[in-house]
Amino acid sequence: MKSSSPLKWFATREGLYYVALAVLLVVLLPLALDPFRLNMVGKYLTYAFVAIGLVMCWGKAGILSLGQGVFFGLGGYCMAMFLKLEASTPEATAIQSTPGIPDFMDWNQLTELPWFWEPFHSFSFTLLAVIGVPVLLAFVIGFAMFTRRVGGVYFAIITQAIAAILTILIIGQQGYTGGVNGITDLQTLNGWDIRTDEARTILYFVCVGMLFLCLFVARLVQNRKLGRILVAMNAQENRVRFSGYDVAAFKIFVFCLAAAFAGVGGAMFTLIVGFMSPSFIGIVASIEMVIFCALGGRLSILGAVYGALLVNAAKSGFSESFPELWPFAMGALFIGVVLAFPNGLAGLYQTYVMPLEDKIFKRNKGAQLEAKPAEKTAEPKPTAEKTPDYDPMIDSYSPEKS
Amino acid sequence: MDTTDQAANGRSFGKGLGLKKSLMTLAASVMLATSAQAAVPATAEVNTTGLAVTDDTVTVGILHSITGTMAISEIGSVQAEKLAIDQINASGGVLGRQIEFVQEDGASDWPTFAEKSRKLLRQDNVAAIFGAWTSASRKAVLPVIEQYNGMLYYPTFYEGLEQSPNVVYTGQEATQQILASIDWAAETKGAKSFYLLGSDYIWPRTSNKIARKHIEDKLGLKVSGEEYYPLGHTQFNSVINKIKLRKPDVIFASVVGGSNVAFYKQMKAAGIDFTDEKPLLLTISVTEDEIRGIGGENVDGIYASMKYFQSLDNPNNKEFVAAFKEAYGDDMVIGDVTQAAYLGPWLWKAAVEKAGSFDIDKIREEFAGIEFTKAPEGYVRIHENHHLWSKTRIGQAQPDGQYKVVYETEELMEPDPFPEGYQ
Repeated sequence: MKSSSPLKWFATREGLYYVALAVLLVVLLPLALDPFRLNMVGKYLTYAFVAIGLVMCWGKAGILSLGQGVFFGLGGYCMAMFLKLEASTPEATAIQSTPGIPDFMDWNQLTELPWFWEPFHSFSFTLLAVIGVPVLLAFVIGFAMFTRRVGGVYFAIITQAIAAILTILIIGQQGYTGGVNGITDLQTLNGWDIRTDEARTILYFVCVGMLFLCLFVARLVQNRKLGRILVAMNAQENRVRFSGYDVAAFKIFVFCLAAAFAGVGGAMFTLIVGFMSPSFIGIVASIEMVIFCALGGRLSILGAVYGALLVNAAKSGFSESFPELWPFAMGALFIGVVLAFPNGLAGLYQTYVMPLEDKIFKRNKGAQLEAKPAEKTAEPKPTAEKTPDYDPMIDSYSPEKS
Repeated sequence: MDTTDQAANGRSFGKGLGLKKSLMTLAASVMLATSAQAAVPATAEVNTTGLAVTDDTVTVGILHSITGTMAISEIGSVQAEKLAIDQINASGGVLGRQIEFVQEDGASDWPTFAEKSRKLLRQDNVAAIFGAWTSASRKAVLPVIEQYNGMLYYPTFYEGLEQSPNVVYTGQEATQQILASIDWAAETKGAKSFYLLGSDYIWPRTSNKIARKHIEDKLGLKVSGEEYYPLGHTQFNSVINKIKLRKPDVIFASVVGGSNVAFYKQMKAAGIDFTDEKPLLLTISVTEDEIRGIGGENVDGIYASMKYFQSLDNPNNKEFVAAFKEAYGDDMVIGDVTQAAYLGPWLWKAAVEKAGSFDIDKIREEFAGIEFTKAPEGYVRIHENHHLWSKTRIGQAQPDGQYKVVYETEELMEPDPFPEGYQ
């Protein structure tokens, strides 16, 4: 359902949630934090891209992927390859046996740039690849799996295997990929030094911008018929199929969408952190990403953002305060969350905060209607009518209940 | 500094009389060295770049993995660095300031290392970082350290090919470990053919590249095979068969981590007795720490090329081993890297006191030629390329997990991170 006026939308309850997140990310955090901490928040936000994708893919459509790190990593590696080539000018690498190629290639006795690195000299190609490569892989995997009606646990296992395979491949082919060290020492983006505080702050805002773009794309999908079909597919796949929908196509679509989000997140990660390594692709990283999504609430795209932020902030905080005990604190947090609130933060919010909000909203609505009766009648669809039927944090449908 | 002060500090890490005595002598020597400076210099003078230095304290960072797969290796380094810091504090600190440390966990994860190093430099403004262990973690923190002009004291023996103005490499680079040991095998043991075997990442590959050049080009001997296995690999039967078939005189091994356990056990199961020295096994990756995991009986008779063994027979080392066991328990073993980590704080102290300042840029000027005569490995000196002059030693593993030193170079080996003719 689309609002007739875009400005009006921001005054709805759903709009306010987005405004609140925007205020938090654009105003409050930059004001409250120094550039170092802000950069770290930027890093956490790059995981939120993956978490949004997982909400769409897992929460809505019921496809649990334990290999989202693969797409995150591919996006990140594409960006890292571009930055690494820019950092490996013949002048900067004059001490190598073969100047002009990335340093790790030289250590591995490569004497020329491999063919698949060549296109990454171009920035526009790189931008395309950041989304294109993950989506292509997701399409191939999705096509192979979903048209054969592989799903559920089997699909999760296969995605996990792919994460393992890709990690081994990257570590094994260290001459071409940087191996276990990853691609490090990235310096400039088209001549712009990405290591300075100013650059990092700008990249943070770029990251926030991209995040909202992804949020709106995700929202667009979930609020249309498309989103309803995804949810329906999760509940009763066969009924959807018998109604004449091509279930596989919808699954491939949502899996590719999640991969695209993850790829963008990975590229932002490389820019913000300044390097890429196979440890983000592996099984552990991929499962962590599922945890961000679960903690935030796997049915809510906004919840996923908060989940990624909170888990990562907790991880940094715990490990700084208790360097020897922090993994236990994290473990306790996860177990606690899963046992106490299986629907994550969003579920918690819906149960405890929303009833309070309802009261306030109703009172305000009443006041508004009384105050401006003329305007309201001019409006073809009054907001008061619209609000109740849309529930932004949690869809009215819950797979557990079906 | 008075004696009560010293006693109080002494209590914090050691109770032994001998230790306290050695600390007194240490303290005395430091007092002699610093007596030229009349009083504690003002903070404004010794710290012009906003490091975490107050009138009585200076803060440094310790950044190692204390969780994850690398923890088993890196904890020894943390212990050694803390021990050195305690000892320096007991002897009056650095420029009259007690050292405080912020410890961060790299969690065996390279991006975490980068994040934590940034935190140490930006938030804590540490005057030095003692840390990083694997090459990957060093590569991850290097851009950060260079950007914020910090100073990293890196303890691990590594592949060379690096010389950062912001790093002091207290371990040996590849040539310091390899060249002399291969010469030794050729001269003393009459080796003619070598089989190079390692884990598949940058350090073994670079090390074997240097080894091959030395064996083939400089000595005119034969390399009968060169193979790599992924990190964590546990099936070595095929290479063991190849070794049996080709009968090299020396297996030159740079297998790391958990793979070692499988490798040595399978060698033994295949009937290879290292004490026969047919073939002789020469490793550059198995220290006393690793033997604890592999089991002394499985490596009995192998040779290792290191710069330090726990069994080194010199007064410095005896004191060091005693202090280490006093602080952390009698069952502790001390490997090559642990000793190199211990050097870090001492070399930093020497450089700071020579420069009369904590400023990184001033310290950097002073590195070349700085000596540490109390080093457990003997005498070390910093080369102008920020690596250490040190001896190469060969030890033979004993069933009790210790090495018996069988050879050491007469001279200190010059560090050469970019060895010409070996690239």
